[in-house]
Amino acid sequence: MSPEAESPEATDVVVAEPEAETSPPTERHGQMVAALRDALGDGVIEHAYSAVDAWVRVRPDAWFEAGRVCKERLGLSYLCFVSGIDWKQAPDLGATKRWDPDAEPTEDPGDGPGRWTTGVGGGETRFQVFARLYDVTRHVGLTLKVDAGDGLDGAPKAASWVPLFRGADWHEREAWEMYGLEFDGHPGLRHLYLPGEFEGFPLRKDFPLLAREVKPWPGLVNVEGLPGEDEPTESGEADGADA
Amino acid sequence: MTVTDYQKTAYVASQAADARISFDIEAEGMTLNIGPQHPATHGTLRIIVRLDGEQVIWADPVPGYMHRGYEKLCEVRDYAQVTTLINRIDWLGSFANEVPFILAAEQLMGIEAPPRAQYIRTILFEMARIANISLFLGDMGVQLGALTPVFFAFRDREHVLNLIESATGGRFHPNFDRIGGLKDDLPKGWIDECKQAMRRIRSFCDEMDDLLVGNAVFQQRTRGIGVIPRDIALEYGVSGPNARASGIDWDLRRDEDLPLAWKHCDWKVWTHPDGDSFARYWVRLQETREATRIIEQLCDGLPAGPIRAKVPARIRVPRGEVFVHTENPLGEMGYYVVSDGSPGGPFRCKIRTPSFSNISIVPWLLQGVYVPDVITILASLYFILGDIDR
Repeated sequence: MSPEAESPEATDVVVAEPEAETSPPTERHGQMVAALRDALGDGVIEHAYSAVDAWVRVRPDAWFEAGRVCKERLGLSYLCFVSGIDWKQAPDLGATKRWDPDAEPTEDPGDGPGRWTTGVGGGETRFQVFARLYDVTRHVGLTLKVDAGDGLDGAPKAASWVPLFRGADWHEREAWEMYGLEFDGHPGLRHLYLPGEFEGFPLRKDFPLLAREVKPWPGLVNVEGLPGEDEPTESGEADGADA
Repeated sequence: MTVTDYQKTAYVASQAADARISFDIEAEGMTLNIGPQHPATHGTLRIIVRLDGEQVIWADPVPGYMHRGYEKLCEVRDYAQVTTLINRIDWLGSFANEVPFILAAEQLMGIEAPPRAQYIRTILFEMARIANISLFLGDMGVQLGALTPVFFAFRDREHVLNLIESATGGRFHPNFDRIGGLKDDLPKGWIDECKQAMRRIRSFCDEMDDLLVGNAVFQQRTRGIGVIPRDIALEYGVSGPNARASGIDWDLRRDEDLPLAWKHCDWKVWTHPDGDSFARYWVRLQETREATRIIEQLCDGLPAGPIRAKVPARIRVPRGEVFVHTENPLGEMGYYVVSDGSPGGPFRCKIRTPSFSNISIVPWLLQGVYVPDVITILASLYFILGDIDR
């Protein structure tokens, strides 16, 4: 593949940003968001809808209360998961993702606040904790998010949900070992998967993936000889054979 | 300074590398290692139990012997390459792992597979369910000392694996699902063979009914053992047949509006009010029967048409976040996919696996039970290690 074919210009087109939904996908989603706003006041910072789902971002001091309201008043009693996310764009990942082994690494976005883009529901810090709850009788779910900090001065933090959901124990242990997120009120954050002496937080974006450092990704060969950039093709019969 | 049980557990867990010590005796009780290589664990799960005589004081599962870091690897692969990885999460029902991820990508891109692809996806999904659960139906007997059922299970499961192989090319890891549809259409004559195999699976279920469910020893070993109440199950996120055995009438096949073909079939969600090991076995047995009925109905109603929608040659998933979950053989499996709009893979892919939550209940569930029941309970929860560790 020629380097031009994968130039940044070629990759900056076509991505159709979906329109942000303003109305709730179902009546129940709207009721849940309204009830949370009602119970937490300005504890709810932002909410967002998609065609099928709803997100609520709460203030860090309202995280536990948000979980309690969901569980006890909204019937969202099933804990799907609790996890973390690191919004920093890893400098080397940009190059890897463009499938070009010779590309210059993109500029390091740095560590300061405001140097990353967050997803649905917004956010101000590099790390976020997000959790998903579900109502098994009404069959609706809700994703809750909370800002956890930048990790610059001390570990990123959130309140633990273990007193609400016993199952949060393992999920928070996993988030702790993978992202270094600390959970206030957790009975004992210790390693779940990794050996006790492991150092570093593997799912952080700045944690190097050694396999990619020592050897170029062999999956690169798969993209050779594809038809012209971004042309929708009739892919049922001949994928590339007609190119 | 007093040392709590939790700190003791933490200490013992931190010594996990030193597997030479299988137990040590102290003044109050005994610490016993079950695993990492105990036949009751499907893979390498280690459970540390503290015993007082024959009774468990506390239990602490130590997963991670099979941690492969899929969530990190998903971030450096593109969407098409991710399916190869996630085939290996629940390796007994591989195809079922691919479907929610592909649906998540399709939902972000705003495309939908054509009806024929939806039907074939659902057929293979239910095949994965039979391949997964039929092994459980036999294996549960082995854990109780009955060897015959597992041979029957391997014998009849082979028919399903052969069908999966002839359709996809892979017995265990089909890697067959594509964004927008499927890799190939079904081979000729597949439908007829499929219907024969479903009859065989149903007679296998009848055999299990006779051999185990109606067996007095089996009932005594499983009735009232390892009871999970409804609200505890919800708090731990226990899902799938384990939740339905606790009386939770929830099945994502029925309750979630997904572009798959279950809504075109007549079938039933089975629940059991007891929540014990027996209920978990019974619910899975009924589910296997329902799966054969679903497959037969889908084979009869299989629409003609293309098997892939029009998709761009180079997959680019727009910026966005989505969570898609399906009812996998082991329970609720979901992918929370965050895309940053770049041409590579997901920015973040949280994989919510059923066994992880189903096993996180073990420390609560094993308190106070007797050692022989530990094995029954673990077997009846039915977990796959790849599904816990990812």
